[in-house]
Amino acid sequence: MGEQKSQAAGKPGAKRQFRIWRGDETGGDLQDYTVEVNEGEVVLDVIHRLQATDAPDLACRWNCKAGKCGSCSMEINGKPRLSCMTRMSTFEETETVTVTPLRTFPVIRDLVTDVSFNYEKARETPAFAPPADVAPGDYRMQQVDVERSQEFRKCIECFLCQNVCHVIRDHEENKQAFSGPRFFIRAAELDMHPLDAKTDRKEYAQAEQGLGFCNITKCCTEVCPEHIKITDNGIIPMKERVVDRRYDPLVWLGSKIFRRGQVPQTFVTSAQQSGAAHSAAAHGGVHSHAGGSHDPRHEAEAQKGVNWHRQVPHPTAAPVDANGRLPLTELTFDRAAAPSPFGDDVTFPLPPEHLNFAHPSQDEPKH
Amino acid sequence: MTETRIERHHYDVVVIGAGGAGLRAAIEARLAGKKTAIISKSLFGKAHTVMAEGGAAAAMGNVNSRDNWQVHFRDTMRGGKFLNNFRMAELHAKESPQRIWELETYGALFDRTKDGKISQRNFGGHEYPRLAHVGDRTGLELIRTLQQKIVSLQQEDKRDLGDYEARIKIFAETTITELLLDGERVAGAFGYYRESGEFILFEAPAVVLATGGVGRSYKVTSNSWEYTGDGHALALRAGATLINMEFLQFHPTGMVWPVSVKGILVTESVRGDGGVLKNSDGKRFMFDYVPDVFRKQYADNEEEADRWYKDPDNNRRPPELLPRDEVARAINSEVKAGRGTPAGGVYLDIASRLPAEEIRRRLPSMYHQFKELADVDITREPMEVGPTCHYVMGGVEVDPDSGAAFGAVRGLFAAGEVSGGMHGSNRLGGNSLSDLLVFGKRAGGHAASYADQLTSRPKVPVAAVETAVETALAPLQRDTGESPYTLQQDLQAVMGDLVGIIRREGELVDALGRLAELRERVAKVSAAGGRRYNPGWHLALDLRNMLVVSECTAKAALERQESRGGHTREDHPAMDPKWRRVNLVCSLDGDTVRLTHKPLPKMRGELISLFDRAELSKYLTDEELAEFDALAQKES
Amino acid sequence: MTSTATRPRGARARAAIAAKTLRTDRWWFQPLITVIGLSAWVAYATVRVFMHKWYWVDAYHYLTPFYSPCVTDRCVEGSSHFGSFLPGWWIIPDAALTLPFLLLFRLTCYYYRKAYYRSFWLSPPACAVPDGHESYGGETRFPLLGQNLHRYFFYAAAIISLINTYDAIYAFHSPKGFGFGFGNLILLANVVMLWAYTISCHSCRHIIGGRLKHFSKHPVRYKAWTFISWLNVRHMQLAWITLGTLALTDFYVMAVGAGWFNDLRFIN
Ligand SMILES: Cc1cc2nc3c(=O)[nH]c(=O)nc-3n(C[C@H](O)[C@H](O)[C@H](O)COP(=O)(O)OP(=O)(O)OC[C@H]3O[C@@H](n4cnc5c(N)ncnc54)[C@H](O)[C@@H]3O)c2cc1C
Ligand code: SF4
Ligand code: SF4
Ligand code: FES
Ligand code: FES
Repeated sequence: MGEQKSQAAGKPGAKRQFRIWRGDETGGDLQDYTVEVNEGEVVLDVIHRLQATDAPDLACRWNCKAGKCGSCSMEINGKPRLSCMTRMSTFEETETVTVTPLRTFPVIRDLVTDVSFNYEKARETPAFAPPADVAPGDYRMQQVDVERSQEFRKCIECFLCQNVCHVIRDHEENKQAFSGPRFFIRAAELDMHPLDAKTDRKEYAQAEQGLGFCNITKCCTEVCPEHIKITDNGIIPMKERVVDRRYDPLVWLGSKIFRRGQVPQTFVTSAQQSGAAHSAAAHGGVHSHAGGSHDPRHEAEAQKGVNWHRQVPHPTAAPVDANGRLPLTELTFDRAAAPSPFGDDVTFPLPPEHLNFAHPSQDEPKH
Repeated sequence: MTETRIERHHYDVVVIGAGGAGLRAAIEARLAGKKTAIISKSLFGKAHTVMAEGGAAAAMGNVNSRDNWQVHFRDTMRGGKFLNNFRMAELHAKESPQRIWELETYGALFDRTKDGKISQRNFGGHEYPRLAHVGDRTGLELIRTLQQKIVSLQQEDKRDLGDYEARIKIFAETTITELLLDGERVAGAFGYYRESGEFILFEAPAVVLATGGVGRSYKVTSNSWEYTGDGHALALRAGATLINMEFLQFHPTGMVWPVSVKGILVTESVRGDGGVLKNSDGKRFMFDYVPDVFRKQYADNEEEADRWYKDPDNNRRPPELLPRDEVARAINSEVKAGRGTPAGGVYLDIASRLPAEEIRRRLPSMYHQFKELADVDITREPMEVGPTCHYVMGGVEVDPDSGAAFGAVRGLFAAGEVSGGMHGSNRLGGNSLSDLLVFGKRAGGHAASYADQLTSRPKVPVAAVETAVETALAPLQRDTGESPYTLQQDLQAVMGDLVGIIRREGELVDALGRLAELRERVAKVSAAGGRRYNPGWHLALDLRNMLVVSECTAKAALERQESRGGHTREDHPAMDPKWRRVNLVCSLDGDTVRLTHKPLPKMRGELISLFDRAELSKYLTDEELAEFDALAQKES
Repeated sequence: MTSTATRPRGARARAAIAAKTLRTDRWWFQPLITVIGLSAWVAYATVRVFMHKWYWVDAYHYLTPFYSPCVTDRCVEGSSHFGSFLPGWWIIPDAALTLPFLLLFRLTCYYYRKAYYRSFWLSPPACAVPDGHESYGGETRFPLLGQNLHRYFFYAAAIISLINTYDAIYAFHSPKGFGFGFGNLILLANVVMLWAYTISCHSCRHIIGGRLKHFSKHPVRYKAWTFISWLNVRHMQLAWITLGTLALTDFYVMAVGAGWFNDLRFIN
């Protein structure tokens, strides 16, 4: 009964052993602490007690303390969890609890990591496209039609799924091409949105988000604190939707036999990601001549032959290194000579359909 | 301080706060073509708005077509005990449906009615079902939608200008510590990156404050660490004024056990669905606390109260459903009389009232909240609950139409919980989320046009920046002072014990004395460690904001000699129509907090005639009633 | 006081945590039993498929699913319902038309993929336990790109389930006409489980309703989708149960066929 429990809460707490990773990008280690733990407390409470006593500058994120904001993600005994929802009673009295920052993202200090990777991926995922002819207030949707998307909108962006996904956790180099489960369900959410006007979300998920990297080992679903069925309801349906479009055996065979060159693939080439140009080469991808555009219309146009009036997409990012500089010394550069001023992906002679003319005023904003 | 590095940015509009109000303001400023910065203390999308559960009130009339803005306006004024700024309540009631519909075009997915419209739910104080909602995570939907709208604007900029951040940029985990003025005009904002401790200076002619509330000054609160009243304090220091600071909403049912989750909200729907409050003797005590004015609507025996759930038309309501302030006070008295639970609350029992299956179906998130946080199965055991500090009605005094701050400052705007007036002395559930959208949009739009009509850009004075740097670094350079955590605990104790739900003159005087002492100690606070993501240092800097805001609250609470909404004086237990005509305005004179009286603006004729005389007579002075009668006469 | 325009930002390092994983639970247990379970089953099935005997009980018309339909010229009389047109070379399984598809169906099944990627390929062995490989391309390239063909193996599997159903019905036969024995129960249970497994397939869920944008316009398909979703949640369990029922059915037929024990007959 609640009554007995509260009486127990009045008693001074027991001492427990903690190991917490302290440090920053220059290094760090697990430090031992002995902390008092009262009944009913969660790991975040213990961290707060440490801040108030032994370690006032111990860095950690939190906001709501009720599993609603997704700030307090960390790894507890090796498992990615929300610290505000991890009760101390789930551990043995004598057990040492080990707390570390998320491993997949760069560390800032102690338990705080730089999760900007996720915000960058969020920014690349095309937003909801409102239907052109429906006025605000006139949106009509049935509950059964919105329920699937609503499940994904429960996401509190704790990024635990992003952190646990082995595609980037164990293979840093995939970060470029892989958006992660959080953004697969974002794409799925929009694809299942009854009124979303964009129709190429599946292709986008496949070509730009790296859906194919996922091997449906379901760790994202296992750690999701909102119990979103990320794989079963999001990723697998997206894969199936891609199959609808791309792997229909006849279409697929046809493209294999008659077109050799497959459907053009574009890669995410946003400027803020270091080494964008390199990695495309490293992953065997082809740089699109439509540049960093995600728009399949541009893609299609680019294939159509010379079109002097077509919209020229913005240039792809310069092949800068991790520090934002052009790799100018031959010694450290991964190619034998200086990078081609035309872009690494351009071979000569240039096929005529890739010739472009860009009127100088074309890029001026229309508003 | 010459070697300190400061990063400089130029923007047209700087929005401080990335909750619902801040994001909506930023969207509006960006749509007006302004280069906009959004600043937030925590990560993008984690602001307090994310925690709101119930819904957003908007008179769309989807469920009951009789609902319209007039009814909503009436409900809001009643809820605030007629102390609301009528113009804000009017704008809010009129514009919130559009703001909600707009969200759908940004991609929001609210729960639907049978005919495919946005579904609306009942909530305390609202006459008709009015709250647009998504299960019990409406706040999350709202903030995520706005966040995604901003992303879509950034994608547009990327397409047109080649850079996502060309016209709107988010500075997450960045705290503003000072607003900088060029004379009376806002010239910029100064702060630090939490991550690195590096300083950052925004030069901007217009600043929108959307920093939320002050709940962190209380021991038991549903608010997060962010709610240290930064916006309130920034506004005060910049020369603006605060109103209604004595009014704080205590939600009657927060969790009290385990200690670690003390304050976390237990939604009102538990009581709406049949939950009853019992003291440690097992008595259903709310029958002893029905005030005389409510005798007509509320039952005085259990049989009748229980019949109400089935047959609301022929029975009076159970007293558990009295307004939030009444219930909070009743619980408080029971605990003070020694009939509370060991953890200092009372029992909220739904287990003995509904079958387990039904509880799980109707209250899924409460079931999980108690299961996961307290290991309590609410289908079998009662919950332990007690009042928790939830919302501050008071805030920056603003012009209702534009959100521009009053006082001796120009270019400062405020929206959301940080602004005051809209909710009067008590906020209705669900009115906050729509408030954020309506006034967020207004503040953003007006900030943009203010920036437009300026002939010269205000300049940031170098001296002010240097002082700001010194103030910010001071706690790190002292090593003799007290720990910020101790000071925070002491402040919370003073506010919780002496300026809590029930206030007494003696205690308030005492509180002011202690706050003055704390002020000395806070001035000498020291933080261990370096500048890099150092929570101790961050808290040390927030403390002075909490302190000055607490002083405003204590002073105003002492001054207002009546009980109304979120302010209860044991020594003045009744509502006094004379006090209804007064707003207490708080300003800063050098270092000292000043309090002045200001008459409430008078409601326009067509608005006051929306009420009937019997109701008004409870709130208005005889003089005002006479005016009302004259008006009614003229019309008929 | 110096002013800069932007914050210098270089590449940042992850937290230097020495231990590869800090998990303290028995995370290796799941992959271990998966390896044992799947290996044992594959070993049994391989042996049985190349045994080329004891797959048919003529008296009761029991045919093991491993030999259904029997299409080589080695098939004993009565066991091949669809003709026997393949040569009886030992390397050719007697159900050469169906087994490859069944194998591919299960190989590309979303659940089995998870199971063997984790336990055989260690990619990753368990959540938050490092992947055992230097580099990783997932299912983006040949051959794993082929996993996307699962849909088509599902169609094949549905047809094969029909054949198995035919077998199960055909088995209600005894030397005296209609008959009913314990073997029938096993065959029936196996077929029911096979159907449950096949229908709960993710591809099936997608085809039946998942691909729709507006459920409200297709109420019947929505109902069907809801039912399949219910089954789909149990897909993993069904995957293991059907391995069990398949092996059990086969073993029973083998035992009766070899005369190790007699079928328990209820009617005739
Ligand atoms: C548990 C709970 C449930 C609720 N349920 C409901 C409900 O059902 N319906 C309803 O209408 N209302 C509800 N409310 C109230 C409502 O959620 C809040 O009043 C509202 O979200 C406030 O929004 P805001 O935009 O003003 O501020 P917030 O969303 O709190 O945002 C404040 C922002 O300001 C930033 N900030 C603060 N200080 C600084 C600084 N110094 N420098 C830089 N940035 C700063 C913060 O980082 C944050 O981003 C609830 C509140 C709580 C706590
Ligand atoms: S299922 Fe896919 S996305 Fe999820 S963790 Fe595994 S590989 Fe990553
Ligand atoms: S999907 Fe789940 S695990 Fe991933 S970010 Fe959202 S809430 Fe977190
Ligand atoms: S603190 Fe918000 S999820 Fe843990
Ligand atoms: S059979 Fe397992 S997913 Fe299709």
